[in-house]
Amino acid sequence: MIKTDVLIIGAGAVGCALARELSKYDINVTVCDKNDDVGGDASKSNSGLFSTSATMPVGTLECKLRTIAHSMMMNICKDLDVPVIECGSIAPILYPDQLETAKGLTEKAFLNGVYDYEILPAKDILEMEPTLNPEILGGIYSPRDKQANQFILVSAMAENAAENGVQFILDCKVMGMDVSNGKIHKVHTSKDDIEAKWVINAAGLYCDEISKMVDECDFTVHPRKGEFYVFSHDTPVKVSHIISSVPSPKTRGVLVIPTVDNNMLVGPTADDVEDKTDKKTTSEGLASIKAQALKMVPGLHFEDTITQFVGVRPARIPEGYDIRFSEKVKGFIGISGVRSTGLTASVGIAGYVVHGMKEAGLELNRKVGWKRTRKGIIRFADKTNEEKDALIKNDPLYGKIVCRCEQVTESEILQAIHRPVGAKTLDAVKRRVRAGMGRCQSGFCSPIVIEIIARELGIPEEDVRKRGEKAFMLDKQ
Amino acid sequence: MKDCNYDIVVVGGGPAGLAAAISAKKNGAEKVVVIERENRLGGILKQCIHAGFGLQYFGEELTGPEYAERFSVLAKENGIDFLLNTTAIEINEKTLICVNTDGVINISFGALVLAMGCRERTRANLMIPGSRPAGIYTAGTAQKLINIYGHRIGKEVVILGSGDIGMIMARRLSLGGAKVKAVIEIMPYLAGLVRNKIQCLDDFDIPLMLSHTVVDINGIDRVESVTVAPVDENRRPVMEKVETISCDTLLLSVGLIPENELTRSADVTLSGITKGAVVNQFKQTDKPYIFACGNVLHVNDLVDHVSHESEDAGKFAALYALGKLEQNNEIPVTPGDGVRYVCPQRIACENADVDLYFRTLIPGRQTTLTVLDDSGILITKKLIRTTPGTIEKLTIPADKVKKIKGKIVVCAEHKEVCI
Repeated sequence: MIKTDVLIIGAGAVGCALARELSKYDINVTVCDKNDDVGGDASKSNSGLFSTSATMPVGTLECKLRTIAHSMMMNICKDLDVPVIECGSIAPILYPDQLETAKGLTEKAFLNGVYDYEILPAKDILEMEPTLNPEILGGIYSPRDKQANQFILVSAMAENAAENGVQFILDCKVMGMDVSNGKIHKVHTSKDDIEAKWVINAAGLYCDEISKMVDECDFTVHPRKGEFYVFSHDTPVKVSHIISSVPSPKTRGVLVIPTVDNNMLVGPTADDVEDKTDKKTTSEGLASIKAQALKMVPGLHFEDTITQFVGVRPARIPEGYDIRFSEKVKGFIGISGVRSTGLTASVGIAGYVVHGMKEAGLELNRKVGWKRTRKGIIRFADKTNEEKDALIKNDPLYGKIVCRCEQVTESEILQAIHRPVGAKTLDAVKRRVRAGMGRCQSGFCSPIVIEIIARELGIPEEDVRKRGEKAFMLDKQ
Repeated sequence: MKDCNYDIVVVGGGPAGLAAAISAKKNGAEKVVVIERENRLGGILKQCIHAGFGLQYFGEELTGPEYAERFSVLAKENGIDFLLNTTAIEINEKTLICVNTDGVINISFGALVLAMGCRERTRANLMIPGSRPAGIYTAGTAQKLINIYGHRIGKEVVILGSGDIGMIMARRLSLGGAKVKAVIEIMPYLAGLVRNKIQCLDDFDIPLMLSHTVVDINGIDRVESVTVAPVDENRRPVMEKVETISCDTLLLSVGLIPENELTRSADVTLSGITKGAVVNQFKQTDKPYIFACGNVLHVNDLVDHVSHESEDAGKFAALYALGKLEQNNEIPVTPGDGVRYVCPQRIACENADVDLYFRTLIPGRQTTLTVLDDSGILITKKLIRTTPGTIEKLTIPADKVKKIKGKIVVCAEHKEVCI
């Protein structure tokens, strides 16, 4: 039995932002997640955008929290050493009827307090982004939209929270709860039982299942699948702004996104599916992304994609953020309706929830010596030759290149494994330091990474997993 | 940072690099060094434990490690230096920048020979839809895990692509106790060598499904099955006729891509077809101090060819470094009807034989290979059968090289097309 003051269920963006926020105070905080790694489901497979609230539904909690969070995010990324590109976004106007939509959107943006969301003439847009279709009628420019590596952000928040005393229990699925007399007595998990004064449901895609356990679920969560292409560094046509479709009432459409890691992302689709674990790419989905993207950026070389993937995002019915301090079950806080906006909004949600906990009577005393900052793993590939030499002199394992495509060294892989909330699987290593993220898609480095993980975790190589509980890389007899 | 200087620097200690280094030394280069990222020489041959190497070069049948060993011994005997566990990361004019656990090393050179080999095409290159479980390997990675690391990778295997490594792995997996359920090939003909089909598939009763492809990969954690469909004449899957094959492993043997990222840092012109450097018969790129050979230049079928080609590269690199390689006017060599590519892509009209290596476009019987210049046929050769999986070689004799007019075109015409 584990005893804690606060149990956060779910280690996605919201769960990790909450963990970091609560780690400022003198209480015990535990985060559990069914996955082997932080990053949740939706939080680790999305487009990594920090967008303004320009097109948000006016006056909603989602709009409010995202606006607040957007203004905090750059500071947080600086504190946590999370690289961000401040590239801005352009939505090219391709058809005459989109002109009206665009005007409506700028009005909405004004109501949402976004005053720098403007329609620019085609000539100016094309000068800013020459890769766009020369036939465009104009474009909406939004200068404060940004891109970050979403996983690095989430894992940095988790790492910082852990350094400030939060306990993370991974590979740990919540199976049920003992609830009676308006109180949660025990949370049953696939590992130990947990007793907590506060239980926060930050389970994202699975938050309906958690809320059902306390009989507090008047909504449903549906998986919405988004397929993406990832482009190689050296593809000849690259965008320098986030290129988005002019959103229609139905969908936000396809985006072409420059990334901090110098890969382009193109996607997503938005297909409602039945199965929350359905992460299959489809020929139809990939073809439709390609057709839409080429209308905006006709020169894209789709033969230069190094991988395709699926992110499943939670679609709540009814829609909208819902943050609820249960009246029926004391200490239960339900967070639902957080969708793709949640990556940005996470830090706003965290502040909002913690404030609510204070109001509900939780006594929070600020810790002395809370560590505000965290340093990222120094990436060998980004350094000059002089800096590389100095890195190797200080740590010779920086001179052992394991992943040739992304120039990832053994030192970086060891740091990924041994940092707080470290990597235990190949995918977890890949997300942290990019080993296997390049053109050969781990063909050359996977045998070595398997060997390193086994050695560092002290497990047989047959037990090394790609991810999850049962995704064994080798034949486990 | 450490600085050093060599007459010839060879990047890659596989068969191409070793042959080039030895040849450079024999042709007068004094200081020759081979840069190798792994801890042993031999490159990909180390994991090719099957026999079939050396029939042309040595006139006897060797395993991959044996073939590599002969060259390693020769290289050591010839006083060549080696930097093992060292990765070349950048070419900066006439300096190669390398890293190892001692730090960054700047090696200046008279001439550089690129011999980095190739990488395997991946699932993403083919855009095979489906989930992304564990158990999807390229054939070469599987070969390394099994033959070098001694791992077992799966019990029931489907192989996509009938390339040579795929077929050799079908046999290797069968010998290791796994069940290879099918080898699936999208084209109506074999991608690799016929001898490998006989020795690796037929002898082990492994079905070859031509004109089929994988249209879905199933399984969340580990591969559980693949969905396979026949393809029509335009290589589009016929979805009404899909079947599911249960397996825990999918191996991909769907082609190789020369590993030219380092080459790009030197701004060397690459061919859109071979994905290797554009070279003349000296294996010299358009940066005259950079030469290329082996699979980084174009993907070869037999290591024996690699050795011969690389000896040329090493020899001419040495002559260049010694100031003995004259620069002549060059004429282009282009693929004509029925030919996919020709290497070299240009030739300098010297008083010496010129070897042309090329692949045909489609398999056929009673093939006539022809080399023409603007004034007509230079040479011609008849073969009983040809396939795109085999590299063909034609030699323009020295007396004809001198008289070439205009440009060279290489053509292949089949009496009977085998599709």
